[in-house]
Amino acid sequence: MKSFFARPKFLIPLIVFLSVAGFFAAGLKLDSTRVPSPLVGKSAPSFNLPLLHLEQASFRPEDMKGQAWLLNVWASWCVACKEEHDVLFELKNRGIPIVGLNYQDEPDEALRWLQELGNPYLVTPVADKQGAAAIDWGVYGVPETFVINRSGVIVYKHIGPITYNDVTSVILPLIEDSKS
Amino acid sequence: MKIFLFTSILILLSVQQLHATEVMLEFDSPEQETRFEELLEELRCMVCQNQTLADSNARLARDLRERVYNMVRSGKSNNEIIEHMVERFGDFVLYRPPLKKTTVLLWFGPVIFLIIAFSTFWLYSHRTRRKPISDLSPVEREKAQRLLDG
Repeated sequence: MKSFFARPKFLIPLIVFLSVAGFFAAGLKLDSTRVPSPLVGKSAPSFNLPLLHLEQASFRPEDMKGQAWLLNVWASWCVACKEEHDVLFELKNRGIPIVGLNYQDEPDEALRWLQELGNPYLVTPVADKQGAAAIDWGVYGVPETFVINRSGVIVYKHIGPITYNDVTSVILPLIEDSKS
Repeated sequence: MKIFLFTSILILLSVQQLHATEVMLEFDSPEQETRFEELLEELRCMVCQNQTLADSNARLARDLRERVYNMVRSGKSNNEIIEHMVERFGDFVLYRPPLKKTTVLLWFGPVIFLIIAFSTFWLYSHRTRRKPISDLSPVEREKAQRLLDG
């Protein structure tokens, strides 16, 4: 009888199994809820929205030209936003301006939320009820955070709560890059 | 039994009809309305990823339906509307991904696997039958006989 290894045909099912298992293993690591944004590398979409604290005043992304900044989309009903709240303070303490776009929220609840947990935002524009601004930014879940460079180009989009690790490994280097 | 089946099908159909006309929207022409409905079937709700805009009740889906509706009414073509959505949400917003370098395997993978399966089947079934390994020698035959006899 020939040796097992002399008959490579026996190995075919094993090879097929391993390659299928490889695909599944890779698939487990992919997070289908994090869809890359086509807006990265493009100019930040414009909007003109009233502020949560001062309805008469408004904010436009163009107001931030000349500095790198973050647009953080949040809501008081969003549990994951609470999770990243401390991390936002960390960013604020490092001198990074964060604009907090309040999304599909009740103004009273949003104000109370900021009062209770503290306000890490430079300004908090309120998204329109039709969600037009959010659609233009390709927002589909909260929290989402965009990094915008000095010339007003989106350089990164983070989906889901930011962690301290994201701050040091991704966001700070990007901010540094866009300064130079 | 037949009548039972028939009525249950009718009931199912009417339920679907109810769902479709939940909100009455005005259109300038029936053509606009069909285009609106077709577009909603083509576009994915990004929040509840396995639903189309037509199926989903998520807030984002409602907002996007409204945008599609306004664009259809303002005379935008299907291509313009789809382009508008892809610019914001990427190809993932489409239920039928475009044919690109990165999606070739997605489009043709099933066909390739089918070809592999059929050709393997064909090869195996048309192969000439294996001959018996060899006849036993007289000595072996004797030995086998002894074993069988116990």
